[in-house]
Amino acid sequence: MKKAVQINVNGTTRETEVEPRLLLVHYLRDVLGLTGTHVGCETSLCGACTVTVDGQAVKSCTMFAVQADGSNITTIEGLAHDGELHPVQEGFWERHGLQCGYCTPGMIMAAAQLLERNHAPTREEIRHGLEGNLCRCTGYQHIVEAVEYASKAVNREP
Amino acid sequence: MARYVGQRVKRTEDPRLIKGLAHYVDDIRLPDTLHVAFVRSIYAHARINGVDAGEALKAPGVVAIFTGKDVSEKIGPVPCASALPELKVPDHRVLATDKVYFVGHPIAAVVAADAYAARDAAELLMIDYEELPAVVNAEEAAQGGAVIHEQFGSNVAYKLTAGEGDIVAALASADRRIKQRIINQRLAPVAMEPRGVLARYLPGEQELTVWSSTQIPHLLRTQLALMIGIPENKLRVITPEVGGGFGSKLNVYAEEALLGWISMQLGRPAKWIETRRENMQATIHGRGQVGEIEIGCKADGTVTGLRYNVVADLGAYHQLLTPAIPTLTGLMLSGAYKIPAIQINVTGVFTNKMATDAYRGAGRPEATYVVERAIDLVAAELGLDPVAVRRRNFPAPEEFPFKTATGLFYDSGNYEGALAKALENAGYERLREEQRAAREQGRIVGIGVSTYVEICALGPSQAMPAGGWESATVRIEPTGTVTVLTGASPHGQGQETSFAQLAADELGVDMGDVTVVHGDTAIVQYGIGTFGSRATAVGGTAVFVAIEKLKEKASKIAAHMLGTDAVNVVFAEGVFSIKETKKAAAAAGDGKAADADSDEVPEPVVPVGEGPAGALPEPETEGRKKVSIQEVALAAHLARELPPDTEPGLSATYFFEPKNFTFPFGTHIAVVEIDRETGEVKFQRYVAVDDCGRVINPMLVDGQVQGGIVQSIGQALYEEVVYDEQGQLITGTLMDYAVPRAKMIPWFELDRTETPTDVNPLGVKGVGEAGTIGATPAIVNAVVDALSPFGVRHIDMPIRPEAVWRIINSSDE
Amino acid sequence: MIPAQFDYAAPATLDEALSLLAERPDDAKILAGGHSLIPAMKLRLAQPALLIDIGRVKDLSYIREEGGQIRIGAMTTHYQLESSERLREICPLLPECAASIGDVQVRNKGTIGGSLAHADPAADWPAAIISLRAELVAVSSRGERVIAADDFFVDMLTTALRPDEVLREIRINAPGGRTGQAYMKVHHPASGFAVVGVAVSLTLGADGKCSAAGVGITGVATKAYRAAQVEGALVGSTPDEQTTASAASHAADGVDANGDIYASADYRRHLAVVYARRAIAEAVAKIK
Repeated sequence: MKKAVQINVNGTTRETEVEPRLLLVHYLRDVLGLTGTHVGCETSLCGACTVTVDGQAVKSCTMFAVQADGSNITTIEGLAHDGELHPVQEGFWERHGLQCGYCTPGMIMAAAQLLERNHAPTREEIRHGLEGNLCRCTGYQHIVEAVEYASKAVNREP
Repeated sequence: MARYVGQRVKRTEDPRLIKGLAHYVDDIRLPDTLHVAFVRSIYAHARINGVDAGEALKAPGVVAIFTGKDVSEKIGPVPCASALPELKVPDHRVLATDKVYFVGHPIAAVVAADAYAARDAAELLMIDYEELPAVVNAEEAAQGGAVIHEQFGSNVAYKLTAGEGDIVAALASADRRIKQRIINQRLAPVAMEPRGVLARYLPGEQELTVWSSTQIPHLLRTQLALMIGIPENKLRVITPEVGGGFGSKLNVYAEEALLGWISMQLGRPAKWIETRRENMQATIHGRGQVGEIEIGCKADGTVTGLRYNVVADLGAYHQLLTPAIPTLTGLMLSGAYKIPAIQINVTGVFTNKMATDAYRGAGRPEATYVVERAIDLVAAELGLDPVAVRRRNFPAPEEFPFKTATGLFYDSGNYEGALAKALENAGYERLREEQRAAREQGRIVGIGVSTYVEICALGPSQAMPAGGWESATVRIEPTGTVTVLTGASPHGQGQETSFAQLAADELGVDMGDVTVVHGDTAIVQYGIGTFGSRATAVGGTAVFVAIEKLKEKASKIAAHMLGTDAVNVVFAEGVFSIKETKKAAAAAGDGKAADADSDEVPEPVVPVGEGPAGALPEPETEGRKKVSIQEVALAAHLARELPPDTEPGLSATYFFEPKNFTFPFGTHIAVVEIDRETGEVKFQRYVAVDDCGRVINPMLVDGQVQGGIVQSIGQALYEEVVYDEQGQLITGTLMDYAVPRAKMIPWFELDRTETPTDVNPLGVKGVGEAGTIGATPAIVNAVVDALSPFGVRHIDMPIRPEAVWRIINSSDE
Repeated sequence: MIPAQFDYAAPATLDEALSLLAERPDDAKILAGGHSLIPAMKLRLAQPALLIDIGRVKDLSYIREEGGQIRIGAMTTHYQLESSERLREICPLLPECAASIGDVQVRNKGTIGGSLAHADPAADWPAAIISLRAELVAVSSRGERVIAADDFFVDMLTTALRPDEVLREIRINAPGGRTGQAYMKVHHPASGFAVVGVAVSLTLGADGKCSAAGVGITGVATKAYRAAQVEGALVGSTPDEQTTASAASHAADGVDANGDIYASADYRRHLAVVYARRAIAEAVAKIK
């Protein structure tokens, strides 16, 4: 009944037996204890659960853990490197891109994907690139500014 | 000058949140936790002939199943804190027993080893329903037909009339009288984190801890103690990180009591995390008013009177403040204007839906919408510019405190100032010219103005159901760090930062040395909570006054340490020093005293990790003219040499009772263009000037305003909770309920004026709801303005493209 | 939020998947990207007893050119299609349609095959597929067959696929000559699905007259459809403003339109006409 899966999360590979119906988000939160990835809806619309699987931002509530067998996953907890914030994290802090913080991990993961694909997005492109993530607090403007900040930081890097 | 207050200081909350290391309820893990799934009514109105839990009890992992019959005698009713005259209050039990009254009404709690097993078992519960006719339309429900709570004989929960002035005479004497049917549709607050509860009862200690995603930990503790029957001092409520509230967590819910009770029954921790579907069904909704406005005016635009007859769709039960929300609407019906006679007639009606209650703004967005639409109706009727009509009716700055015909005293205001600035920022005259030119090209462009005033800093205790004060404790620990305990319970607004800014400036310490603690009833003295734009104006004031008290005591100790009297000591930038000359004293008053010989001040803090183990060293004060507040704190804790009659320790607590509400205000201007063929509304500009009094952190204020405006955009254009004729919830998921997304939102051009209040010593008014209150009518006024060539004077929200298209399609310009 | 239990198989080959499906055609479901199926399972609206995950089957994710056709593997994600430079050159409608689906995360994981096989009446791909007169290759353990796009969509959430069949490939005749394409859509404000979506592929002859036209419309009815009258009015004419408008006016002729709280049937029909005209105009404008 249970299936063995081997998944690399934030650089560490773990082998676990899971029920096939176990959602990836529950695997991350309940099996690995990585509770930075949140759940905000049931219909794949809010984006709070966004992580990257093999470099692609996905909604971890719309994927079974068994589908991720053999994959490399990055969650919000794995985004900073050696204690240094990812530019998007930095941007969110600098530009007040969060209030209650619940949508933030997913929003940051989606924004990081956006900047990976488009180093210098316009405001419209940022808004479009974050269409899979809902925020009820900020009104999005500071989030857009946070991503702009991050984009400038990324482009400054050698 | 203040080092932190007034600055765009980055939030201290953020590092844990952006790293995914913060803890919301569902992130708290306790061993042996049981998980609860609820079985909820699939009907709006039905009799329950039986509940068969036989199969469900046999399901793997199931520990217990509780139905209404199991708990109705054990757990007290879900409370309603609103005490209106002759209010009908149905007995609201935590689980349904004989009847269900709305889709989502909880019927049974299934307790299992994990959430998956609990959900599986919940599917196996068999409920024998007998469907009854659903009461869905509030206006019809007020007239007769099927009755929800039979003991009351009708669906009318209360009727209330309020307001001052002779409304009949005022309307009769008007040159023009305008009537308009007006709807504030039901909305869902949709905090991104749904509700969640974790309860742990320790049978040995007989202590219950409840972690809940709530805005009111202390009020919740009191109510839960009453409901469950546990002594209040054996109950601890903790609000960890809370993922948004907007009023939806300003409540006491059935699930919170049940989880506590279940943990006590089973002696194990129990957790329930709300799904989004449950959130749409069984977390309070907001608004839900259907009314008619009648406004009378003179030919020059002077408003003589306003009457609002309204049916409030209360839902099936009263939650904490359900019936009180329309009374707030009544209070704010004067808006930013001198209206000599105002009357509201409320009919509160039960329907087979979830309760309405406080959703961001809570009654005031409804009032502002009514007033701001009414003013535009006057302008349209008289062919005047809506700005001119507003100006005609503003009270002048010197008329404050200004008494309204709704019985309020507006503290301070300069409505013309905010309006003028907004008009200038928007380029209003040019916008009107552009609009004329656009119309000539066949484009449909509209400009909407809203000059709102709102009621904040809730509030004086006489006006509040459970206390309107707020509390703070400020203490300096022996090693010199500062702890602020606030009874307010912020959940995203950023008071961990703004209160630290305040404390750091007032105490002359680094912000990094200040920690703000909230949301734990075992740590923080009793408090009221965060809602009604009160946390900073009321809670921040409590912090401020507590610091004043603390400094008074510290000053005495410092004087003692310096071998002088307290009157000879001045405090600036964290340092107490002896006044030397009159000139120096004057400089100290400006906060510059310490600079002159600052090298004399020793390192103030006992460095943690570097200090000597064991006994702390007494500060060396022999022959010194200055001591730092941290040294004073250490001396206060060592208590070896304190002035006579001085309590050891350095801590002060203050409970601040505000003498009035505050009344922030502002002007919002929306510019929209409508697609002639599809009716789609697009923003061209959005300009706002808000005045929330003194500002502690402009960045946080901008954030509050922007978030509020987007919730207004939601109400104006997208959001509506829709039940069908059978009372089924059509908008039960985010597939159907449209929360605005980033791409639907214009760029906000924000600005401020600053008119302080004298209601509190900080001069702050509050800003948490301004955007949601001020923006909605600006947007609707813009759309109506755009459509005015088609003979339109009003359009109901949410303004869906189809409705606009029908107007364009069926009219001649 | 929590799906019911199911058996799970992740075969490495298509043959294996097909034989599993052949054994349990009634209670097994194919799992592709999962973006239609998993939400339905979480709401327990779908409770398959066996899930056959074809995510590990090799060679189902590709964009190829073969025999004058564009061939797209069923497991190709929306994002792969959206970001394909080659498709942008030879059949820009596909990336354009892909880019309008859901959101970034959905496009990263959701697949064209999964979307088509689910046949949501408001999905985007069916409009494009119909307008391009695609062929859909269905395969079962009994063999392979090709289904024309027009025949593929049977009803709401129902396709011509038999219970033991899997959609393997989508074949599109690469448009030649002076072709312009466009996909235009009214997004539902909550779900992002198409309230109305119109896909147009239009080719002009040397004489400047329309030599071929494909118009597919989604969101309006219980299934996506070909706006044959619009196509008929376009072919042989010069698609100027007036012709375009008059052709587009037939976009919803004879269509039994859906209505909901967001858009009534009348309004949907109206939007179909407006968006058909706009999409045709844009397609024409894109012709070099």
